[in-house]
Amino acid sequence: MNKKPSIFKSLRLGLIVLFCLIVYAYGFQVTQVSFKEISSQRRQESLTRVLRALARPDLIEYKQEETIIKTSIYVPCPESEIPSIEIDKSKPYLVLTPACSEPRKQIQIEGYNFTPKSDGSLYFIPPSEVNLNLGTFTADEKGYFSVMVKVPPRPDTAVQYIHAVSLQRTGSPILTQTAKDTWGKIVETVFLALLATTLGVIFSVPISFFAARNLMKEVTSTISALSLSILGWPVGIAIGVIVTRWVNNQSDILLNNSWLALLLIIVLCAVIWFIVRWALPQEETQRPKFTLRVVRLITLGISGIMAIMIAIVAAKLTMKAGVSIISPLGVFGFLGTFLSNMGEIIKTIMPLAVGIAVGALVSNMFGKAGKLLYLRINPSLHLIANFILGGLAGATVFITISFLINWFYQINDPFKIYTIPGLIGALCGVALAMWSRKQDAIPTGMAIYYITRTLLNATRAIEALIWVIIFVVWVGIGPFAGVMALSLHTVAALAKLYSEQVESILPGPLEAVRSTGATRLQMIIYSVIPQIIPPYISFTMYRWDINVRMSTIIGFAGGGGIGFLLYQNINLMNYRAASAQMLAIAIVVALMDYLSSYMREKVV
Amino acid sequence: MLRVQNLTKIYEGGVLALDNVNFEVPRGQFLAVIGLSGSGKSTLLRCINRLIEPTSGKVLWNEVDVTAASEEELRLIRRKIGMVFQHFNLVHRSSVLTNVLAGRLGYVNPAWSIINRFPKEDVEKAMKQLARVGIAEKANQRADELSGGQQQRVGIARALMQDPAMILADEPVASLDPVLAHSIMQYLELINKEDGVTVLCSLHFLDLVHRYAHRVIALNEGKLVFDGLPEEIDDNRFKEIYGKDAERVG
Repeated sequence: MNKKPSIFKSLRLGLIVLFCLIVYAYGFQVTQVSFKEISSQRRQESLTRVLRALARPDLIEYKQEETIIKTSIYVPCPESEIPSIEIDKSKPYLVLTPACSEPRKQIQIEGYNFTPKSDGSLYFIPPSEVNLNLGTFTADEKGYFSVMVKVPPRPDTAVQYIHAVSLQRTGSPILTQTAKDTWGKIVETVFLALLATTLGVIFSVPISFFAARNLMKEVTSTISALSLSILGWPVGIAIGVIVTRWVNNQSDILLNNSWLALLLIIVLCAVIWFIVRWALPQEETQRPKFTLRVVRLITLGISGIMAIMIAIVAAKLTMKAGVSIISPLGVFGFLGTFLSNMGEIIKTIMPLAVGIAVGALVSNMFGKAGKLLYLRINPSLHLIANFILGGLAGATVFITISFLINWFYQINDPFKIYTIPGLIGALCGVALAMWSRKQDAIPTGMAIYYITRTLLNATRAIEALIWVIIFVVWVGIGPFAGVMALSLHTVAALAKLYSEQVESILPGPLEAVRSTGATRLQMIIYSVIPQIIPPYISFTMYRWDINVRMSTIIGFAGGGGIGFLLYQNINLMNYRAASAQMLAIAIVVALMDYLSSYMREKVV
Repeated sequence: MLRVQNLTKIYEGGVLALDNVNFEVPRGQFLAVIGLSGSGKSTLLRCINRLIEPTSGKVLWNEVDVTAASEEELRLIRRKIGMVFQHFNLVHRSSVLTNVLAGRLGYVNPAWSIINRFPKEDVEKAMKQLARVGIAEKANQRADELSGGQQQRVGIARALMQDPAMILADEPVASLDPVLAHSIMQYLELINKEDGVTVLCSLHFLDLVHRYAHRVIALNEGKLVFDGLPEEIDDNRFKEIYGKDAERVG
């Protein structure tokens, strides 16, 4: 062994130890670790009190019967003799020693013949009939008790009374109000978690594909295709929203007669069925002629409008039907409320959904046209086309962004929010068009991948407990805000977990399906989805678990569920009630854990 | 007729996988591709249907330039080229029938795929192909419940569903024992003879080459080092293809 390095080594070790000491010392200071507080008498007493309260959850109580036993007392002692009272010794009675007292003196109160082991309170009742609490008593096996109390000062010499209110349990134990409230809230909590998980899964599954590197890496496009698909979005959204509004207005006339509307839905469904059968043949060996494809596209568009009509009419009918069955259904009226709510939701999100769908469709078609453009037009025109399209697309993107920024900051200067960003965007688009001339493919997929990932990470970084604050402002305090906040967080968290599963699928089957000439959509349906079903189910279960736990505390911030109750009781220092709620949470979380692992075993 | 002209593939990171490869395959030929592991056999086969994008050079199939095809055209080309893989590449959790039907995806309308619908004729055709490779009774089992040899037969049935004019087989028997290897090769031979399908098949064992191939090409470090009849591979040629230290087995 060499001596020198060994000295150096021990020196280094010493420094490390010193450094660790400093780190922990500082840690003690900033986290205010204090053993003085821990060992102080006062703190220990309150701890004992709280722990004892927590150990007795406020779940069960007995109906109690009050018996009031009275006796008189003179404060101060009268000059004449105290009138003696007849005592029936077969019933409970009180004996005061001495029978009269100076104010602020101690007297002994003895009770006989009380119900053995019963509890009760002692009250001093002056002529004004105000109850002054003197203390409590507990009778022994023989029904006897003895308590020393201090007599309060009195302004006059009139006769005063002492009441012993004895409490006796009668009948069988019953649930306390706290227990009932806790039950209601824990049910609310479980359903809050269920709804949040369901909503989260619905949105996170499609998003997860956009956040999967192995799927998005291959998505590249030429600048003309990219620009045209960007330009296609606003065009498509506008078409979608306008058409939906128009259909919505038309549908009002039809809705005068519900049966007619129902008939209309059935007829339209049949018409759409035939159109789809004709315009979307299951298999074609030859590419159809251009004119035929155009005709098919137009008929499909018309059937799309019919589908919107069906959806809107159906939504309005559901609303009507839902409202009309609320009272006939009685206890199950919530089903009617649910139906009318669903109808309203569909009606409300219809323009948005159609706008997005048509936007995606038009953008897709424009993108395809952009690719064709390269093949059809003279190569010398490529550059000019690229410049024009790239400029337009860049301007569109930048103006959209600045419009959003303006919404937040209220700049409201058309020059600043439209002209400048438009020009900068156009310049960026042109620059991109110039740069991409050499490598004719832009990694659109990776751009979408990074944008999706960034948004997901940002959303996930903020806990649901904080999101709920925003939703409380929007939808008011209550479980609905909790559902929204948890859903949002679930979308972000699940989409990330899901997308990592997509990234880890076997590439072989994907390659095999691709080699058959499948489209990207078909590749996802036939090769990706079968592979990701088991991990998706298991992550969904896991998330449900997390959501149940989260929903128990989301009420702390106003998000409904049992947390709301728990928070209130902790603040009111009502520890026995808080204990009941904590117990409920523990039971539900343990049960959910067991259930989800059982289901995971069964399904996966 | 398949013509490969000056085909070069350089992977990211500068690995030269294919170096200026030229050859032609007439319609209906059974062509074996041999060479050491890493010599570029798989890359070559995948460049033909552009599962791997070649860096330069051309692939002409029936006088259509595959390398210049647009995405839509490429789909139409791919659906006429079946592919069989070393590791079968079946979707494990799907049924055998679904795996075979996947061979039809290039033909069916993508809109119907969303709800997982295949035309009746395709389902009948799939059952026929499964019967042809002798595993019709396994149609409703999960693909991963099958043995290796059976899985490769599903792979062949999937390729047959494409009504292929050419089959690219990437070491189809390398993960199978010798007895199974022959049975799989016999299916490929049958398809080649009965249906007149051109077969490009990369192989490891020379006895399989002698037994099944009409013609052989050999790759060494991405270069085409041999193009001729199987009988022409003598000891000198063998060392040229596999390196000086190689010894013949089998």
